Amino acid sequence: MARAVTTQRKAINTAFAWGVGLLIFFPILWTILTSFKTEAQAISDPPVFLFFDWTLENYAAVQERSNYARFLWNSIIIAVGSTILGTIIAVPAAWSMAFVPSKRTKDILLWMLSTKMLPAVGVLYPIYLLFIRLGWLDTQIGLVLVLMLINLPIIVWMLYTYFREIPGEILEAARMDGASLKDEIIYVLTPMAVPGIASTILLNIILAWNEAFWTLNLTAANAAPLTAFIASYSSPEGLFYAKLSAASVMAIAPILIMGWFSQKQLVRGLTFGAVK
Amino acid sequence: MATQHSRSAARLMMAPAVFLLLVWMLVPLSMTLWFSFRKYLPLRGGDLGWAGFDNYVRFVTSSSFWPSVMTTLIIVGGVLVVTVMFGVLLAILLDQPMWGQGVVRILVIAPFFVMPTVSALVWKNMFMDPTNGLFAHLWRFFGAEPISWLSEASLPSLVMIVSWQWLPFATLILLTAIQSLDSEQLEAAEMDGASPLSRFFYIILPHLSRAITIVVLIQTIFLLSIFAEIFVTTSGAFGTKTLTYLIFQRVLESQNVGLGSAGGVYAIILANIVALFLMRIVGKNLDA
Repeated sequence: MARAVTTQRKAINTAFAWGVGLLIFFPILWTILTSFKTEAQAISDPPVFLFFDWTLENYAAVQERSNYARFLWNSIIIAVGSTILGTIIAVPAAWSMAFVPSKRTKDILLWMLSTKMLPAVGVLYPIYLLFIRLGWLDTQIGLVLVLMLINLPIIVWMLYTYFREIPGEILEAARMDGASLKDEIIYVLTPMAVPGIASTILLNIILAWNEAFWTLNLTAANAAPLTAFIASYSSPEGLFYAKLSAASVMAIAPILIMGWFSQKQLVRGLTFGAVK
Repeated sequence: MATQHSRSAARLMMAPAVFLLLVWMLVPLSMTLWFSFRKYLPLRGGDLGWAGFDNYVRFVTSSSFWPSVMTTLIIVGGVLVVTVMFGVLLAILLDQPMWGQGVVRILVIAPFFVMPTVSALVWKNMFMDPTNGLFAHLWRFFGAEPISWLSEASLPSLVMIVSWQWLPFATLILLTAIQSLDSEQLEAAEMDGASPLSRFFYIILPHLSRAITIVVLIQTIFLLSIFAEIFVTTSGAFGTKTLTYLIFQRVLESQNVGLGSAGGVYAIILANIVALFLMRIVGKNLDA
């Protein structure tokens, strides 16, 4: 039974929550606004909020200066590539753990999780060295592999928690009707598993897109994704706030939009199914 | 119910993932262990032989070790306190009936999707810059002397930047947990005359304890290895050198691989202690 809420109380809640929400969102909003200002307006005191001469010149300047498209392309290849590859490897593993569990399933799952907890800096040099030997330093393939490996435990876990919710009776019924293992996977499981796989992919693209340890340390010029593109703005140079903002907006816009779609899956994915 | 056939098929399906993670874990880890016992300076002679526990001793006795441990603890502890406290309050706020709840949720979650290099640079320049930052404008407006945040108050500034990034994560998980609270329990308490404060401390907070533990553990693991935020704001200057950053400098900047690897082993041990607690909770959940 829901409690009757007075309109007045609801209005107070609304005002308060919107205030807090806008405060938290403000840095992003301010970055978006600044990206449309001229450099002089970007630092004017008192700051201008909405009434300035909106311009797109910063976006053009960023594009010209740094060849944004190449960084974007690297980000897409690395984030999407590592996620797809990871999913291809994780789906069979998660499937078998969810539907043919054995005594060791739990141990294997926890062990996989423990590899995720290995601090990256602890293995930085070995990876760096191996990458030099293999000729993978500053290549897309190298980063795809590393990001696939660091996210593989999360992908397996997320898929496992989704697959576990598919009722086993359906499989039994299919088996009774004479479906082979192959039929079972293609006609029964896949359609039921698609939503879970989709949200796993979405969340992992976000995680890979924003990864900023390996992408900064293992790339230079060729395979550098947007995280490195932005880091190149870390040494100040004259007036650059508007350009920095434009570059930032270009780097976060695609993922911000995807993130908003995946917010429901975020909790499950990031707590390894411990909170749903 | 599972047949012998499906068992071996299952093992086969698990094999690639298990194998890859095993290689990913064992190869670099054993290399780090090996290097940590060597005098290894790639730019000054390469591998100069066995060093015993020299690197381990030197790493902890160097003058930058204890400050880096303190810095790490302050950043991790500070961010945990801020995100859990405000996370609980925000989760309770977002759980109240209101108009446009979905939009507010989106606004609150947004910082989590901003890549670390972007949020660090935006905060550093557009907010915390002592001449042109928004905070400087604000301080001058009230007649105060602007603060150069990242050099004079470097640790609180970093805690603030990182908290802004992680608050959405804490809020989202705590909100999910709050929504699973039985509202009849709260109503009953209210009818029995429990004040809002005692309802919070005796019903809501105990209900959230598991979610809070999970938030703390998961964030600790990620926060122990924050890198980009320090890399683009202070590069480890002004007392912001964390353990992770110190190791990074030893390995890649001063190219003392033996010493850095010994530091890496310490970091791995530290992370494993935290991980052990997290795994116990997650593991328990698997049985349920």
